[in-house]
Amino acid sequence: MNATTGGASEPYSLTAHELHEHLVARKISAFEVTQVLLERIAAVDEQVKAYITVTAESALDAAREADERIARGECGPLTGIPVAIKDVICTKGILTTCASKILRNYIPPYDATVIQRLKDAGAIIIGKANMDEFAMGSSTENSAFFPTRNPWNLSRVPGGSSGGSAAAVAADEAILALGSDTGGSIRQPASFCGIVGLKPTYGRVSRYGLVAFASSLDQIGPMSKDVTDSAILLNVIAGKDPMDSTSVDIAVPDFTKALVNDVKGLKIGVPKELFAQGVRAEVADAVMKGIELLGNLGAEFKELSMPIMEYALPTYYIIAPSEASSNLARYDGVRYGHRAARSSDVLTMFARTREEGFGSEVKQRIMIGTYALSAGYYDAYYLKAQKVRTLVRRAFDDAFREFDVLISPTSPTVAFGIGEKIEDPLEMKLADVCTIPVNLAGIPAISITCGFSEGLPIGMQIMGRPFDEETIIRVAYTFEQNTDFHRRKPPLTGGVQA
Amino acid sequence: MKITKSEVEHVAWLARLELSEEEKEKLTVHLNGIMAHFEKLQQLDTSEVEPTSHSIPVQNVYREDKVSTCLSVDEALSNAPDARDGYFVVPQVVEI
Repeated sequence: MNATTGGASEPYSLTAHELHEHLVARKISAFEVTQVLLERIAAVDEQVKAYITVTAESALDAAREADERIARGECGPLTGIPVAIKDVICTKGILTTCASKILRNYIPPYDATVIQRLKDAGAIIIGKANMDEFAMGSSTENSAFFPTRNPWNLSRVPGGSSGGSAAAVAADEAILALGSDTGGSIRQPASFCGIVGLKPTYGRVSRYGLVAFASSLDQIGPMSKDVTDSAILLNVIAGKDPMDSTSVDIAVPDFTKALVNDVKGLKIGVPKELFAQGVRAEVADAVMKGIELLGNLGAEFKELSMPIMEYALPTYYIIAPSEASSNLARYDGVRYGHRAARSSDVLTMFARTREEGFGSEVKQRIMIGTYALSAGYYDAYYLKAQKVRTLVRRAFDDAFREFDVLISPTSPTVAFGIGEKIEDPLEMKLADVCTIPVNLAGIPAISITCGFSEGLPIGMQIMGRPFDEETIIRVAYTFEQNTDFHRRKPPLTGGVQA
Repeated sequence: MKITKSEVEHVAWLARLELSEEEKEKLTVHLNGIMAHFEKLQQLDTSEVEPTSHSIPVQNVYREDKVSTCLSVDEALSNAPDARDGYFVVPQVVEI
């Protein structure tokens, strides 16, 4: 097999559920699948730069074990399937950097719950994916190590912060990936890279072992080539975990049962405010066409107004940095990570360690958060933002009394150029204007590809009621079954591109 | 309202960040810009609104008080920049 030539029949280009059939039928072994993926990474990752760490050796070991399971007739849906892990999720014995200099050498002594669950399911951790430092950013340019490139156009960003995970899946360097989403970090890169990204309801998936950014907003979720694979991966990672007291003890349905090609009678709300705020015409058009298609398939859709949406962005940019400033206080050079050399006293050591270890975006957010929480400003900023958060949640609750799902663009634009927005933080933050309200409200949302512009994918975001991932999966699946956007592959070939 | 450089220095100290002069200048401009953006929220009357700290209301979550496995001392120290005799080592904190 030639990993550089590409083509629909290559094992690396398949979905997890397609590969699963081949594995069950013994047409291919987990070891071969893993080898093919490692060859693919070797062929294209020099261009894409999706991975911080490729775990070839442990992946091949895990593949051998998966083959033993398969030989015993125990081939679960993820057995032998290579998965990329965003480098913010702790993997025992495997470097976990958060794309930060401060954790450059951090090797977790434990697995995140989601990793343990993947291992129990026989999945293969193939590598740790690049990201914006501590998941703060929308382009993966804030990685302390290197930017990742968009497989559809190498001069464009893959989105962020889970840009490495998205690019790895889009470039067929992983079959599946895990990302994390605090303000859109799964959905926006999924949109930019033309894949599926699902942010589950807050509390649906354990955050144990997810390096904390903003604990009341963070959620781990699947990134995949099609909706079926996201449902399969969510099945494995969802559920109450005693190690995360914010994970919710609620029945986990079989999400693959929601893969139903039918939206008849379903009520879709179209929040007009999420089609404003800098949404480009070609993006709005593609999403509206997508909604019309669902209408033709029997869904009813209607515009609604959610005026509070224009306050979501400033609300988020108070709450998230406030929580981050507290969470990131742990990086002090005492227990792990970087420590500044030659500090005579401990306070200087803390301050210097943090000065050397954090990148500029992280420092900015720590400063915003510390300011917003500091004496005299707490009520004006943090408390005010928490109150507006209540209003955002109420607006969604009201909307979901009338509608089953809400649909909007995932991001106002297609993937922008590397370097284009890095000097303009406010402009960069607008990339998350449609995704942020979802995190504030804690509801689930999925991004799927609904069109292309300039050869770049356009994402459509489907939002659902809390703990009703099934309905958004059903809508996304129906859309996918009636379109072929998800089958398109980036024009990526191996070797160095001219 | 204008955030001064000395306030930036104060906040940096609260955050235990030793900033360069250049960073202080940049952050002063940046913080003023972003805080102005936040003023928009003052347009909203929230006097009757309860704050939301979590989207899913969870009260105290209890577990049974029983011993379970945890990291060994060696594992806990495995990433320490400096460790000795089962402890993390830091610059001297208390004057002798």
